[in-house]
Amino acid sequence: MRIAAFVPALVVLFALLLWGFAGMPDFGHYRGPYGFVLERIATPERHVTNVVNATTYDYRGFDTMGEEFILFAAVTGVVLLLRGSSGSRRRADDDVRSDSIRLAGAVAPALVILVGLWLVAFGFVTPGGGFQGGIAVAAGALMLFVAVGYRAWSTLGDERLLDPIEGLGAGGYAVVGLAALVSGLPFLTNLFGPGVVGTVRSGGSAALLNWAAAIEVAAANVILTTEFVEQYIAPIVRRRR
Amino acid sequence: MTYVPYAISAWVCAVGLYGIVMSRNLIHLAVCLTVTQSSTYVLLLSVGYVQGGGPPIFKGVKLGTTSVDPVVQALSLTDIVVSVTVLALVLALALDVHRQAGTVDPDEIAAMHG
Repeated sequence: MRIAAFVPALVVLFALLLWGFAGMPDFGHYRGPYGFVLERIATPERHVTNVVNATTYDYRGFDTMGEEFILFAAVTGVVLLLRGSSGSRRRADDDVRSDSIRLAGAVAPALVILVGLWLVAFGFVTPGGGFQGGIAVAAGALMLFVAVGYRAWSTLGDERLLDPIEGLGAGGYAVVGLAALVSGLPFLTNLFGPGVVGTVRSGGSAALLNWAAAIEVAAANVILTTEFVEQYIAPIVRRRR
Repeated sequence: MTYVPYAISAWVCAVGLYGIVMSRNLIHLAVCLTVTQSSTYVLLLSVGYVQGGGPPIFKGVKLGTTSVDPVVQALSLTDIVVSVTVLALVLALALDVHRQAGTVDPDEIAAMHG
């Protein structure tokens, strides 16, 4: 029954796709113009050598703010659905007893978080940026969870700590935009000048947007994982006691 | 041969859609939705590819060197991160459905509500 409805729809979709693909340039023969324009003007105009992030936080900065709010809304939805539903938040007894895991847990998270922060800081210079670095920082924080166990983690991964950080990320982005508006310039205008090429301060206030996105992404992913962990791991640990 | 990346994105899209249509499990459905979404990344990145082009990052590279389109990369990278959080929301909804209805099979849920 389902397949009978699916096949005709797929045929129509493929006809439309073929029609569209027929009008596209051959693979590898990108016609531009936006990419070519940005590649030539981003470094001289904005003093940024990573043109991908110049696009994300500067030329398309307004669009990225929308993406950030999607992220924020999705996390809010997950928190509303899951938080508090797993019963009381009693502390479970699941201390990690393996020395090798504890040793790895002492080294790996610090290294991963450092790499993440480096990816964010030099986002406008070399490959990296707020989204990529933010994910790396979140991954480091979650490695810490693996190393110390749920009980110790639930102190650090506390919602009273993480929620304001996430809000800072999403709100900070809008504040940078509004600051320009308050000083009589269009929304998200760069207030600090373009900065020096090849440094952590290149990009001006877009560098702040980069950090806001990093904070938002890192906090959002830690919150999401913590919520799911509380659904599955916490009840199991409690039962085992 | 030059149409292979476009064909791959169409194939990935079709596979994901097939999974969504045939799915009997909301979690499986959410993953299939992500597969469908991934086809747009393949398409975007292949549209922006320039023959012989390097990354659009000019640290230590002469300005004006042939590089691929940065715009589609910016679009893909933000969407990859956002899609993960949206997937989390969909999974949380599936969890809630399981709590309310005791099943994650869409057909059974429909049957329960008449």
